[in-house]
Amino acid sequence: MSETTERRYDVVIIGSGAGGGTVAQELAALVRDGRRVVVLEKGPRLGDHEFTGQELEMAAALYADAGGFLTADGTMTLAFASAYGGSTVVYTGTSLTAPERVIRRWSVPGLDHADIVTRSEKFAAQNGVHLLEDSLINDNNRLFVEGGRKAGLRVEQFPVNVRGCRGSSLCNLGCPNQAKQGTNRVQLPRAEREGVEVVTRAEVVRIGVDRSLLVRVAGRPPGAKGGPAEWPPGEYRVRARIVVCAAGAIGTPALLLRSALPARLPRLGQAFTCHPALILVGEHARDITNDVGHPKSYFVDRAAEDGFVLETCMYFPFVTAKSLTGFGASHSATMRAFPRLQMILLLACDRAVPGNRVAVDRAGRPVVYYRFTPETLEALARGTRAAARICFAAGARRVHVPADPPLIEAGEADRLDARVAARHFLPGRVSISAAHLMGGCGMGGSAADSVTDAWGRVHGLPWLRVADASLFPDALEINPYLTIMALADRVAEGIRAEVREPVNA
Amino acid sequence: MQRVFCAVVTTVVPEAAQLDAAGWTDLERIVERALADRPTSLRRGLKLFLRLIDWIAVARYARRFSALDAARRARLLAYIERAPLLLMRRGLWGLRTLAFMGYYGRPAAAREIGYRADPRGWDVRR
Ligand SMILES: Cc1cc2nc3c(=O)[nH]c(=O)nc-3n(C[C@H](O)[C@H](O)[C@H](O)COP(=O)(O)OP(=O)(O)OC[C@H]3O[C@@H](n4cnc5c(N)ncnc54)[C@H](O)[C@@H]3O)c2cc1C
Ligand code: SF4
Repeated sequence: MSETTERRYDVVIIGSGAGGGTVAQELAALVRDGRRVVVLEKGPRLGDHEFTGQELEMAAALYADAGGFLTADGTMTLAFASAYGGSTVVYTGTSLTAPERVIRRWSVPGLDHADIVTRSEKFAAQNGVHLLEDSLINDNNRLFVEGGRKAGLRVEQFPVNVRGCRGSSLCNLGCPNQAKQGTNRVQLPRAEREGVEVVTRAEVVRIGVDRSLLVRVAGRPPGAKGGPAEWPPGEYRVRARIVVCAAGAIGTPALLLRSALPARLPRLGQAFTCHPALILVGEHARDITNDVGHPKSYFVDRAAEDGFVLETCMYFPFVTAKSLTGFGASHSATMRAFPRLQMILLLACDRAVPGNRVAVDRAGRPVVYYRFTPETLEALARGTRAAARICFAAGARRVHVPADPPLIEAGEADRLDARVAARHFLPGRVSISAAHLMGGCGMGGSAADSVTDAWGRVHGLPWLRVADASLFPDALEINPYLTIMALADRVAEGIRAEVREPVNA
Repeated sequence: MQRVFCAVVTTVVPEAAQLDAAGWTDLERIVERALADRPTSLRRGLKLFLRLIDWIAVARYARRFSALDAARRARLLAYIERAPLLLMRRGLWGLRTLAFMGYYGRPAAAREIGYRADPRGWDVRR
């Protein structure tokens, strides 16, 4: 019979991504005061040399379901990572602060925009956020700026969090040059230096009513990337005074749903949003620099007016092939034009609606129910037309978008309204994916409208906190990581104020 | 089922028809590895879907899918891709995703299409 080992801590943090990594760093001060803090992370800790930039190899090592996690009806792929550093290992590192209008719309009692701004600034400084110098900008980004301005759009430069970026364009496969400043490079190492323990390959299966966590530590599979777990493989019961869930917008609601929590939380798992996204390409007559250089340096924010955001991007052969609509000769021709492709990522600003939620199946695994509302499909169509206009204004000969047929020649540029309509965005036909997963444990005033308060305290369970993207009561409408860090910082502040007495080890 | 799958792959990526034996082995290995990690229900679903494609081919053209010419194969898959039933569209989406993964997941295909990203970035391109 296998034995269960018992461990005791003052604070247990579940997950080490944008939220968990931040809480770990911000609670390091408690360790100096004799408290015990541990981060339990399901994913592995990769060595610097293991980031090879190889598409399938890195996707399998870092992403949930190798990047192929699907919503329940199979119409959208959700991208999120499982590793020391969570999704910050694979994010691009664009660093924006929450828009005031969105925080006002959230209307969470006790949460104000100015506080988020101050905390976001702190993490932006910590992560070396800055605008890339001009010499590092590639043609793909320049064409976006040129085309966007000619098309009459306001193009802005993304502040990014890189130090010593070599322009490999491989950010979403984990930076091979350790340039991107995710929690794996900044907050977690700092927390560990200060005495916070981080245990990788440690999955929290359930949280008990007695605040004890059932944890399974896995061995390192033969041939897999990443080091061995810091604890011997096996089953653990970890007791804590305070439990912080930072397992992400899918992981946290799923964990709480499969735990026997002594509280009524009717909103748990609800209000899931994700900025559904499409990759659109324009083909130019000449080769451009696209697969070298930082991939995401500019954006057009039409969230408030038109419900979409356009960003520069550059993906890898398989992801690009999968994301283009259709198949066969015209698809192949576009793929063979790879060195001439301009790429744009379109994000729709979806809204929390009833039915779009995280649930668990009988085995406790997460299942995400998501339906595209007519408004989201309209936003995708509007955004696609705007992206096509940018490409044509930048000189593209043709674009490949979800139209019928998908190739639109420059000569048809004035017919975009007729060629691209919401009806073309047939779920299950068009490849829609999302990487900004939000909601499921939204903040608010009471259990009737939310899962936590503005400090991430779960209603009715003051020992249980949430500190990740699941706190968002609705979509943020911009890239979310800095806001997640700002909210996690608030959660840590609340805990610091409460944890005074050391627990007996 | 192997034959239908190969016919689907060469319809989705016509260049796959030019692959030599080693190329096909690489492609199949990638697909097998991807499926090995997925639930059995998904693998079962894919097998059923391949059977359905064959059945539709027989119903429409009185021939197995693999016996159809390239134009008819493409028409049949395009019909499924736009089918009113989500289950059909989703099935095809899954198959085409596997075909793309098998084909474009090979480093040789990446080179052929001119994809040159390198961890050393600008240093090797300037
Ligand atoms: C490809 C990609 C690009 C992106 N680019 C940007 C960008 O440029 N700018 C931006 O602002 N945002 C970006 N994002 C989004 C951003 O990375 C995420 O919003 C953010 O990292 C989410 O933080 P989180 O703490 O909620 O979850 P995550 O960072 O996903 O961390 C959750 C962690 O919890 C672990 N976990 C889950 N369940 C358990 C369990 N039961 N036990 C133990 N551990 C568990 C997971 O393994 C994971 O490591 C991107 C995301 C992706 C996928
Ligand atoms: S572009 Fe820069 S930050 Fe991105 S992976 Fe390459 S070196 Fe790292």
